[in-house]
Parts: sequence; C-alpha cells; structure tokens
Amino acid sequence: MSKDNEILEEFTSKEYEHGWSVNYEADEAPVGLNEDIIRWISSKKEEPQWLLDWRLKAFRHWEKMEEPTWPNVSYPKIDYQSLRYYSAPKQKSKPKSIDEIDPELLKIYERLGISLNEQKRLQGIAVDAVLDSVSVGTTFKDTLSKLGVVFCSFSEAVKEHPELVKKYLGSVVPATDNYFAALNSAVFSDGSFCYIPKGVRCPMELSTYFRINAANTGQFERTLIIAEDKSYVSYLEGCTAPQRDENQLHAAVVEIYAAENAEVKYSTVQNWFPGDKNGKGGIYNFVTKRGICAGDYSKISWTQVETGSAVTWKYPSCILKGDHSIGEFYSVAVTNNYQQADTGTKMIHIGKNTKSRIVSKGISAGKSQNSYRGQVQIMKRAVNARNFSQCDSLLMGNNCGAHTFPYIDIHNSTAQVEHEATTSKIGEDQIFYCNQRGIDSEDAVALIVNGYAKEVLNQLPMEFAVEAQKLLALTLEGSVG
Amino acid sequence: MTLSLKKDHKLADLFLQAKPESAGPKFFSDLKSKARLVLEEVGFPTVKAEEYKYTNISKKIADSIENPGSPSPISNLEKVEALRDLLDSIDGYQIITNNGIPEEALSDSPEGLFGLHHFTDLDASAIQEIGQIEKPENDAFSALNTFSFSQGLRIDIPDGKILKKPLVMVHYVRADENGACVYPRIFINAGKNSQASVIELTVFLNDETVFVNSVSEWAVAENAHIRHYKLQDGNKNTLEVHNTGANIHKDATLTSVVLSLEAGMIRNNLSIDLNASNCEGNMYGLYLLNGKTHVDNHTNVDHTQPHSQSNELYKGILADHSRGVFNGKIFVRQIAQKTNAFQQNNNILLSEDATVNTKPQLEIWADDVKCSHGCTTGQLDEEALFYMRARGMSKESARALLLYAFAGEVLEKISIEPFKKYCEKLVHERLGGSY
Repeated sequence: MSKDNEILEEFTSKEYEHGWSVNYEADEAPVGLNEDIIRWISSKKEEPQWLLDWRLKAFRHWEKMEEPTWPNVSYPKIDYQSLRYYSAPKQKSKPKSIDEIDPELLKIYERLGISLNEQKRLQGIAVDAVLDSVSVGTTFKDTLSKLGVVFCSFSEAVKEHPELVKKYLGSVVPATDNYFAALNSAVFSDGSFCYIPKGVRCPMELSTYFRINAANTGQFERTLIIAEDKSYVSYLEGCTAPQRDENQLHAAVVEIYAAENAEVKYSTVQNWFPGDKNGKGGIYNFVTKRGICAGDYSKISWTQVETGSAVTWKYPSCILKGDHSIGEFYSVAVTNNYQQADTGTKMIHIGKNTKSRIVSKGISAGKSQNSYRGQVQIMKRAVNARNFSQCDSLLMGNNCGAHTFPYIDIHNSTAQVEHEATTSKIGEDQIFYCNQRGIDSEDAVALIVNGYAKEVLNQLPMEFAVEAQKLLALTLEGSVG
Repeated sequence: MTLSLKKDHKLADLFLQAKPESAGPKFFSDLKSKARLVLEEVGFPTVKAEEYKYTNISKKIADSIENPGSPSPISNLEKVEALRDLLDSIDGYQIITNNGIPEEALSDSPEGLFGLHHFTDLDASAIQEIGQIEKPENDAFSALNTFSFSQGLRIDIPDGKILKKPLVMVHYVRADENGACVYPRIFINAGKNSQASVIELTVFLNDETVFVNSVSEWAVAENAHIRHYKLQDGNKNTLEVHNTGANIHKDATLTSVVLSLEAGMIRNNLSIDLNASNCEGNMYGLYLLNGKTHVDNHTNVDHTQPHSQSNELYKGILADHSRGVFNGKIFVRQIAQKTNAFQQNNNILLSEDATVNTKPQLEIWADDVKCSHGCTTGQLDEEALFYMRARGMSKESARALLLYAFAGEVLEKISIEPFKKYCEKLVHERLGGSY
C-alpha cells in the first residue's frame, strides 16, 4: 500500500461518535405489524377517525406492494413483523414548556450538542426534538406563534390544526406512493409540522433533530412543511442513532408545499449510525422526500449532507408545477467502510419557464458503493424549461464503487438541459502540492474534499456548514489514498 | 445486462413456433436450444423492462408483423439497381445477404485477402466461437436471432493483412407471403495486426413492413484496427433490432459509426468488451429523425483490464413526432485502473412533439480513472442564427448550416471518402428538406 493509501486509511477509519444510548422508561407498542397495531398507535396518539382511516388505507395498500429491488443496494430482507413500530419516552404529563421536560431527556440532546434550553442559545434556531417515535419538545414556540408561524410536533398539529393537516397530508407524497412511503403512512408516529402564513419570512431557522434510542424499533416520522404565498422558511434536519449490532429501519416522509412566491430551503445533515468497520449494524435509511412548487415563482431547495446510514435510499424531489418556479438539489454523499448509498433527485418540470439545478458530489471510500440516481423530466407544456445537472464522484481507494444513473426525459423542444458527470480520485500531485506547502497529507485530503464539496456546503446555513465540514472530515478519517 | 422478468410470452411463443429448430452441426442445435430456453423464460421485453423502458418494439412487432416467418430468397438480386452508384464509387469487396441468408455467388472473396464461410461449413474450432461474444442470454432479441437464423456468415481477416479496400456488406430485404422477419448473422474475426473497414448497408426492396433482427460478433485480435460503419436508411415501415458485440484484445481498436435516418423503429445494442490493456473502443452515432421514427441506441462498454480507453459521441436532431433514446453504460472494473472513458450525447429538438430520453450511466469500481459523461438537449443558438442572418443568409439556410455543423462532428469520423460524401449528401437532403 502506498503512503497516501495509508493516510487515506487512517483518515477514513474514525469511529462513530454518537454511538451511545441511554436507558429511559419507554412506552412501547408490541412487536409486529397489523391493523391492531395501527389502531393502537392511533388511539395512543388520540387521533381523529379520518386519520386512522387514512393510515389503514395506506396499510392495506402496503400489504399488496412489493419491496422495491431496483436500487443499487443490497441488504438482507427486512422482517417487518419483528420490528417495534412505536416507542416513546414516558413522560408524566405533557410538558408545557421546556422547563417541564424530563431532565434525563434534555441531557440526551445536550450530549448531542443540541441544547433545548432557549436561554442558553446564542443563535435563534427553533428546535423540535424527536426521540424515537415522538417529539419531546419544541423550542421558541411563543416567538414563532406571534408571527403566526406554526411549528410543532405532528401530533400536536393533528389536534390543533386538523384542517391544515387534513388538507395537505399526503398531497405531495400520497399514502400509496411507494413501498416505504406507504409503510410510513400506516405507522408514522410523530414528526414536525410547520406552517408559514402569507407574507411571513420566518425569522429563525427551524430545525428538527431526530434521535433513535430504543433498540429493535423502526423510526417512522413524517414532516409536513407548508409555505403560503410570499413566505420564506429555512428548515434543518439532523439525526443520529446509537451504535448497535442489528440494523434499524428508518422510513420517513417529508412533504413540502410551496405556494406562490414562497421559498423553502430544506437542509439535512444525515448522520445515522453507519454500521461498524466490518459493516455490522447501522441504519437502513429509506426516505421519501418531495416538494411541490405549486404556485408561480415558488422555490424549493434541498441540501443534504449524507454521511451516515448503512444503506441509504433517498431521492429528495421537486415537482415544478407553478410557472417560473425553481427547484434545487445540492448533495454531498459520503460512504465509507461497507456503506451503500443510492441517492439523487427528481426534477419534474410541468410549469412554464421552470428552472432546476442539481449538484451532486459523491465520495466513496473503503468498501462502499455510492450511486447517484436522478431524473430530469420536462413535460410537454413546460415551455422554456432549464436544467443543469452536475454529478461528480470521488473515489478513495480501489475497493469502492461509484455509479451514476441519470434519466433525462424531454418532451418539449424549448427545453435546455445539460448534464455532466465526472469520476476521479484525489491526485497524488494534488496531495504533493499541499505537502510542499507544509500541509500534511491528512489535512490535504480534508482540504481537497472540502473544496470538492464546497459548492454544496455553501448552501447550508452557517451553523450546519461547520458541523457538516467536521462530519466530512470525520467520516473520511483514515481513508486517504 | 440482466434479463427482466417483465415479459411478453405470447409474442415469443409465436416466434418460437414460426421457426422449427433446424438441423445442423450439434453445436448449433445446442446453441439454438439455449436461445429457445432464454426466449421461453424471458419473452419479448415490454416497457416494464428497464432496458426497453422507452422503446416498445415488442408492441410494434405484435401490431405490424402478421407473419413471423422469414421470406424466401429474392431472385435476380444482381439486377437490383438501388445504391448501385454508391457501391460503384466505394469500389469495395461486396458481401451480399439475401433476406438474411449469405449469397455466396454474388459476394467477392478474393483469394488470400479474407476468408468467407457459411456457418455450416466451419470446422469444429471456428464454430465454437459463434454466440460467445453476443450471447443469447444478453438480450431477448439476441436470443431470437440465435434461435431463428438459418445461415450465418463468418469473415476471417488473416493475421497481418491490411485490407486497402473496404468490405461492403449489403443486406437485401424484401418481405413476401412467407413472412417478414429477417435474421442476418455475422461473425467477423480480425486477426493479429490486421486492418480493415467494413460498411454495412441495408436495402429494402419495397415499402412493406419488415422486421430485421441482426446479430454481429466481432473478435478483434491483438493490434488489429477495425472501423465499422453502419447506415440505417430504410423506410417508415421498417423495424430493426441490431445486437452488436465486440471483444477487443491488446493494442487493438474498434471504431463504430452508426448513422440512422429513415425507419419505423430501430434499436441498436452495441456492446464492447475491452478485455486487455491499451485497447480502444470508439462509438459514434448520428440520428436525424422525422415523422414518427423512433431510434434507440444502447451502448455498453466494459473496461475489464487496466489502461484501456473508450470514446463515445452520439448526436441527434429530432423533428416532427420522432423520438430519440440513448442509454450509454460504461463499466470500469476494479482492476481496470488508468482507464479513460468519455461519453457524450447531444440532442437538438426541432419540434414540440419530438421526445428525447437519455440515460448516460457510469459504473465505476476503480479509483485511478478518468471518466466523464455529458449530455445536453437544446435548440439552435439564436445568436449564431442572427449572426448569419445579418450576413445575408436566409433563415432556412442559416438553420441548415448550423444543424449541419452539429451533425458534422459525427460525419467526420467516416474515413472512406466516397461513403462519407454519400452520407453528407443524405444529411444535406435531410436538413434542407423537412427541417
């Protein structure tokens, strides 16, 4: 092995730092999945009848569906009957403010570096913290509600704003959309709900932090973001999970609805437990994310930094229905050891003068497989649609793979579509150049990788960008070569 | 390529019944039974099969081919005047097939330059190579050809032989009351250090619906350099599926240029295995389509050894209701370090109703490689048009000139002057006429 292979090796082999778990008393559903479990979850959450019916419909459809096999990933068959579909920390009574939340739970989040204590925060970020299946607390609620912004857990939204939930739930990702979306629709436990009224520019970043704690539990949360006319919101999502030997399933759904002139920016730093060095354990991250630019001049922007999960299967998409609407997708996907990622986006151009931009940067190291799968579709009435896609792959070491599957379907002659992709490795000359200037090889790799991913990292809100940069360095630690 | 489970069995059965397994050397009957098994298992692909997602050729065949049998040989072929001028100007060695069956009497076989053999006349070792490069299990239509061809042609270019004149392969096709399905089958073996150019033309003698399903296999030995040109200019009733497989050895090159103009529906599967170091595969294609013509180019390059190179450029201009499909796969295996692979697909849509589906695909397992692909779809540059208009050119000729320049990048890959001139003329007519 050459010298820089050694450095790469060292650089990419750093362990997962959020691998701990905490014991707390939990309220759990029995293991298994059937209509009774769904009724149990629904009654536990005191849901109205229409939502239960919606869940059951999704479940009945799910039973008829087959797990998709087209993604470029392989994992042992999941036994859906051996999972637990609901686990919630026991809280004596519903907390009215952050002060009433069980200090044990707060500690979990503090350990993750996310303080739910409003006063201590320097930056104004409102956080909805979701532990296993339920939301444990949402900060800055009052400040936000003064502006009319609704930011709360999904269960709360069902109780307090049923008309909104009923109107938009499943409008972007129908309950029967795909296998995992159907499963999520049937059993989703909680998640975040966000409503930005007309003309409001949300003054702070909204954030959800997902944490899986319990073992043998699947996490199924559902996020719904509604941005009314001329509103703006930037939304962050973070996630971690304990280090366990068995695989855990995470099948979430995110729906975004952007009305006329609205802009939604959704950023994810995904850091689920990726499994250990030998590929044991880790999260199966099968997520459906989709936004619709329903109104004219609306904009949805997805930014994701994917570093965790054993298997990732995720295609944040934009349906550009409104005229002049814009969809963006910026992604850095890093895979190491035995991780597998099949991720990308779909841009469906329906409206006139719609624009989309895709920047995807894949980095594979160790024995991992990293795939970009994307679709750009220009419908017949999408006059003057414009798309630019760039998907680059960086390979570190010769045991990993990079794959690109772009689908480009054009039905309109005025469309202008460009797609480009490259695959390369970090050149010995580039590392040598840095060495000459006194930068050691490990820092050089971090520098080059960060430079490579910069176009995407620049899209992240500042606090996240710092975290993401560190995370990139961490994930790749020990894989320089 | 994996076979999909989504299948159309009824159609496959129809074709299987149309051709009883012919007798012949044992090897053939074994190969044909294998092809039958494949076809029985996978059937004809429907649009649910990933590889045929945009090209529903099975339905087209089911709808327009009434008789799955093969037509009988055309008589008086020597009197056919079509393409006579072109053939005279190229002055190559002609190799003729008559409704898919090699026509020995009309083909040139100059002593010592190359060998021409019917499959049934081959010796045991030569026959074993048939169906090994383009395997029936690769594709349902490859299996269909393997099952259905009744005679194939093997061309051997001896070691060290440099052919000054091109081989011109002309397939004459005419449907009759016996059927409308034609199955040309070619195996070309280019010996070490040999060089040759092959031009492949198909002449449709009437406008009746025909289905041409060909398989050609290319074994390109060390340091051999082969150029292959294919002109697809039939009529709106032709359905064509061509499977071309090539196996390239050390220091060898294969360059393939496919020009598609007129057809009902064409599917070209081109797959090149770069099985040694320092070998090169070049794939170029140009499709200028109008009416309801549908052309699908699937290419597959497999880099299995270090230091090999592939270049790919496919360009399309689509008018009316036509549809262009491109799927380019590049595989770089783990040991194939220092691979260079480039792939590009550019399309211009001229009408509201034209469609492009393109999928440039890279699958890479080696880290020290340079691979890229690019793909664009757009219109003519308004500013360039304005520039020419400002200099007194009519709108039509300015457009034609720009389109011609776009197409020219592929046309210039043709190195046989008379053939290039002919193709240029066809392209000119296309661009000046309906566009």
